[in-house]
Amino acid sequence: MLSSQIKSNEIIFGSCNKDLLEEIIFYGIGLGADFVEIFIENTDNSSVLAEEDFITSVSPSFGRGAGIRIFKGKKDGFVSTNDLTKHGLMRSVSQAIEMLDITDIKREVFNGLNKHRDYSLSKKKWINEVPSIHEISEKLLVSTKSLKKNNKIITRKGSYSRNLQEVIIASSDGTYVSDIRLHQTVGLNVIASDAQYRSSGSRRFGSSGMPNEFRLWDHEKAANDVFESSMNMLYADYVDAGQMPVVLANKFGGVIFHEACGHLLETTQIERGTTPFENKLNEKIAHESVTAIDEGISEGSFGSLSVDDEGMEPEKSVLIKDGILKKFISDRAGELRTGHKRTGSGRRQNYSFAAASRMRNTYIAKGEHSKEDLINSISEGLYCKSMGGGSVGATGQFNFAVEEGYLIKNGKLTSPVKGATLIGEAKEVMPKISMCGNDLELAPGFCGSISGSVNVTVGQPHIKVDSITVGGR
Amino acid sequence: MNSREITTQISKAADFLNLKKWDYGASFSNDYSVQVDKGEPKQLKASQKQILTIRVWNQSNLVGITTTSDISESGIKKALKQANIASDFGNKNESTEFSPLAKDPIKVREVKKTNPVGIKKLLTVLREAEVKLLESHESIKSVPYNGLSESFFERVYANSEGAFRSYSKSQAALYLYARAEEKNKKPRSSGSVKLGYGADDIDIESCIKEASNKTISHLNYSSIKTDKYLICFSPESFLTIINAFSSMFNARSIIDGVSLSNKNSIGEKLSTEALNIYDDGLHEKNISSTPFDGEGTPTKRLCLINRGRIENFIHSESTARIFKTTPTGHAGLGSKVSVSPDWIVVEKSEENFDLKTSLDHSTYEGEFVYIEELNAIHAGVRASQGSFSLPFDGWLYKNGNKISIESATVAGDIKYLLKNIVNIESSQELTTSGISPHVWVDELSITGDA
Repeated sequence: MLSSQIKSNEIIFGSCNKDLLEEIIFYGIGLGADFVEIFIENTDNSSVLAEEDFITSVSPSFGRGAGIRIFKGKKDGFVSTNDLTKHGLMRSVSQAIEMLDITDIKREVFNGLNKHRDYSLSKKKWINEVPSIHEISEKLLVSTKSLKKNNKIITRKGSYSRNLQEVIIASSDGTYVSDIRLHQTVGLNVIASDAQYRSSGSRRFGSSGMPNEFRLWDHEKAANDVFESSMNMLYADYVDAGQMPVVLANKFGGVIFHEACGHLLETTQIERGTTPFENKLNEKIAHESVTAIDEGISEGSFGSLSVDDEGMEPEKSVLIKDGILKKFISDRAGELRTGHKRTGSGRRQNYSFAAASRMRNTYIAKGEHSKEDLINSISEGLYCKSMGGGSVGATGQFNFAVEEGYLIKNGKLTSPVKGATLIGEAKEVMPKISMCGNDLELAPGFCGSISGSVNVTVGQPHIKVDSITVGGR
Repeated sequence: MNSREITTQISKAADFLNLKKWDYGASFSNDYSVQVDKGEPKQLKASQKQILTIRVWNQSNLVGITTTSDISESGIKKALKQANIASDFGNKNESTEFSPLAKDPIKVREVKKTNPVGIKKLLTVLREAEVKLLESHESIKSVPYNGLSESFFERVYANSEGAFRSYSKSQAALYLYARAEEKNKKPRSSGSVKLGYGADDIDIESCIKEASNKTISHLNYSSIKTDKYLICFSPESFLTIINAFSSMFNARSIIDGVSLSNKNSIGEKLSTEALNIYDDGLHEKNISSTPFDGEGTPTKRLCLINRGRIENFIHSESTARIFKTTPTGHAGLGSKVSVSPDWIVVEKSEENFDLKTSLDHSTYEGEFVYIEELNAIHAGVRASQGSFSLPFDGWLYKNGNKISIESATVAGDIKYLLKNIVNIESSQELTTSGISPHVWVDELSITGDA
């Protein structure tokens, strides 16, 4: 094998790797690949857990690896490895070529890599600016102490995680970029209990590219919010099931749009034939009050990036404008297979996943109504103040848990209710979003899909859905 | 470096850093997978992965940990140094030690050894499976979720007191989820998953047949009235719900206050005396079986519920010490050691007690809801509160007919569910997550077309 005869070199972070990367790409093109992409990462992560009044877990981790993707026509082969030597990378290229069973000798032209675009220059100092484990631990312990507001709180937790990812992306179209990404999240959780009654409360906060953000986090406000939520829900009755109008709160309420509609606008869903919106470009798919956006550029937002995992700068994509479908979220493979232009949305959890079209900061734009306008317009319904997780099935049906809910009667919020789930289908629910509030806010989250778990932001103003199935007891 | 060399390397580096007590867990894997789309390769994937987790104990006997994929000499040194720094923040409230069973003999089941069949063979097999599934019924228009994979891996545990365990195995998986469409009807989807020790070992024909039959069986559907129903849980769905609430048997969850049980719950009656539940990671049908856990404790069969009463909890080293018992082989390896079940086996005890044995899913002619598969577990289960509200695939049986339920959720409380078991059928079925018979529960809430 040619690869075994080559003197072993290695990718070194912080050094110029251009010659080595070009050599590997030439190798792949020479073997008949149409396109070669190399994604290399070096990570430095840590997480801290505080329970009650103790630090119970500190977990640092570090690692490195490469993901190599080869395209031939519309087919692609992907190989990941921890071996960053020239030998290891070339072996991975050979393996990907072999998987694709490339036999034709028509060779693409590779003119070498473009000038290095280095997005990491101003970010190299971040590792020294993020809070130390000691600083994190102290603040988490103060936070969990803040949660101890009465004897009904039986469990208190605070957690922090920091992911620092240094990446190099090079491909046969000349792309050659480097970047450093920093994501920090902090969360608080409680369980409250009184006799047979139990409730829980949780909130998570997150940022990207802001090393100082944890220091600025208002833990007292967060603790009050979590405590209040758990107390409100402690004695709540189960909600009665039925069809009813609902008002979904801003911030994490946007998870429904993300899950139920956003995923169906990713080109991976067109490739699979699993989106009802495939042939609906420039057609009305939602109520005219709905404008929805996916972008990767809001400073500090959890889903923001300087450059996506395929080396493209993220754009602001208006997905739906006044109810009309305007754009799909696309990556390189999506453009190749569906014809929808790339949007800087090629994302992956790490080197062991091939990039795919994924959401970034996704939200419904603000409208003109106040929150009170929405609630006042309902005689009997449900206010979903805090949403839990959810999922969307293969046929587009979604199901979301309501963490904190209140009945609406005659335009007023009344008693808290628990056990509610919202059930529906995107194409049926989108036209029923009849009112959007003027209080757009975003919230961080993690989205799991074909290319692993990625950081995203969801968001919306308060919105009113005219009718939806509410599951309960 | 192989596992013996890693152990030697860690030992040398630990000596250099004056770290007297350490252990580690490592895994090395080679994975291959394919997906297809109407005969064309969709994604072909291969990966070589290695991961090492090292724990060290400092002079105050506090534990620090680090995980890395860099298993080079320098990577190991760096990991030990980081773990040593992390040990300054070790949990002072709950100590961790080596498992007292980490050197006990382990039962390594003789399993079929397979070699990689290679991507090309995987692709050929999956293409053929896709074609057969598409041809099985005119309404099946696509197989949007499919995959065939094979993995070859080695797991290792070793510690500074000379414990060393290692085993290697292979595993393969096939999943086929079909999508059926008929005019003026909503698309319907269902599928099947099969595991084997290698790609040649998977029962491909039964996966195709099961995916096809399940998908077709949902073509004629109807909404269901919101109400309380007699429910028959399929083996798969009953195991799903037991696994979702396994914190009831989990000593870690009990200590953390997130379980419905407490330290004194051993002996508590949860269900009919006809119900037995075991955790049996070494079961001969468990393809994912592992002979030891993250702390090196041997895996074993453990009775969780005996005649309707809680019999045992699952433990790590530290929870076992707190509960004054022995570790059960259910630990992970982490800064805070997690505890989780392996493979649940549900059985009907030998005496029938007060069961309504006339309830048999294949013969019963009264009205009931059959729950084939529960979905969205991560969203719809509140394990610490005992409540669930889950969408499901299933049928309504009425007047001798069955019709697929369009879209519905089942909601309730796990303790209520266990107390209201009215029959456990005799015949057990093998699933990918365990073994169970069909289980009947009275009066659970279904939300459908209200």
